[in-house]
Amino acid sequence: MLNQVEVKHLSKAYSYRKLFTDINVIVPDRSVFVVLGHNGAGKTTFLRILCGLIPATSGEVLFTLDGKSLSPREKRAQIGLVSPDLELYGELTAVENLEFFSGVRGLPFTLDRAREILEMVGLKGRGNDYVGTYSSGMKQRMKYAYALLHDPYILVLDEPTTNLDEKGVALVDSVIRRQREKGIVIMATNEPREVSYADKTLSLA
Amino acid sequence: MLTRLFPWLNQGMAVLRKDLRIEFRTRYAYSALVMFAVTTLVTVSFSVGGFAPDTDIAAALLWIILFFSAMAGLSRTFVHEEETGTVIALKLAAEPEPVYLGKYFFNVALLFSLSILVVPMFLVMLNLDIAMPVAFVAIVFLGSLGLAGASTILAAIVAKAGAKGSLLTVLAFPILLPLLIGAISGTRSTMSGVSMELVTPDLGLLFFYNGIAVVASLLLFEYVWND
Repeated sequence: MLNQVEVKHLSKAYSYRKLFTDINVIVPDRSVFVVLGHNGAGKTTFLRILCGLIPATSGEVLFTLDGKSLSPREKRAQIGLVSPDLELYGELTAVENLEFFSGVRGLPFTLDRAREILEMVGLKGRGNDYVGTYSSGMKQRMKYAYALLHDPYILVLDEPTTNLDEKGVALVDSVIRRQREKGIVIMATNEPREVSYADKTLSLA
Repeated sequence: MLTRLFPWLNQGMAVLRKDLRIEFRTRYAYSALVMFAVTTLVTVSFSVGGFAPDTDIAAALLWIILFFSAMAGLSRTFVHEEETGTVIALKLAAEPEPVYLGKYFFNVALLFSLSILVVPMFLVMLNLDIAMPVAFVAIVFLGSLGLAGASTILAAIVAKAGAKGSLLTVLAFPILLPLLIGAISGTRSTMSGVSMELVTPDLGLLFFYNGIAVVASLLLFEYVWND
């Protein structure tokens, strides 16, 4: 069955400037796609359009899963996003955040599942702390817990190793490797280490 | 839409639980509501000088207090998501309808708790008697429900705008006007103790206003939320 992300004639312009024009890409199953470009080139905007968070000026992004084209709602259910713009609830603990996001996704929640995910992202034993009290590196790890909670088919990573220490960077490496075995990774980065994972790249000028 | 209502309600309850948890820890919206309501109530009480005002005026004063208090606090739930940047995580994880339902339930809870606090204080401070207490409670219940229903979707629109505070009042007034007319008329009738036949049309108006507000909001919320 066909699984892929297809970007067709995608353009984005704000009233004052064009970001990118007529982008055409097919990202196949079990691959890593990396978007490159200097600051302000439109990498984050490209990822936001891909996630359905903002509209494109023209063109479309099609997700095909098991040969079926997904609706915008179905698309969102298949995406896990880690981005500097994304924030979790600082007034809730890590476990409460995971409980909430399981609830709104209609997934069953168990403490064991929460502990398993928190252990995977290196936050073992910190599940009952408020996310607002976390360091920036811990918050970045928590974003991975949020993104991986529903076992998404497409993992979208914007500057994936921001604020992370060496262990955190190793965690991102393992997340990317695991995701590539079962789905698609789409990344915006300029870090040579992360670019080395790319099966396909797109450079935004 | 109906077949999806049950999962939406379940997911909406998750939004409600989350918002209540955060509200208990921060008092972000409730303190704004209560401070505004109590300040206005005390001002009104002093201005009438301890004399029981005419029921026409008393009914209008009560709904002015509830309306402006609601405007002061009900937009906070969406504004907070925008200001803290959690809106992206919520948009990706939840469908729009459960978000509306959860925020609506939260605003209903806020307004009910406000009404439970403010309405008895209003009656005591203005020396008012209620001739038809059960019908009066029904009017306040349906009126608060309607305020929450229409304000919730307007709050989602306002959260994306610059002048958040003042914009909600301006946008809400024409939409809430039919509700306020029905609520003021019903409150006046139940205070003065006219026959139940005169209160029934007001109760009917409030009941149908609530139904229309919630159904229209559920149908339109996706466009507001994703825009």
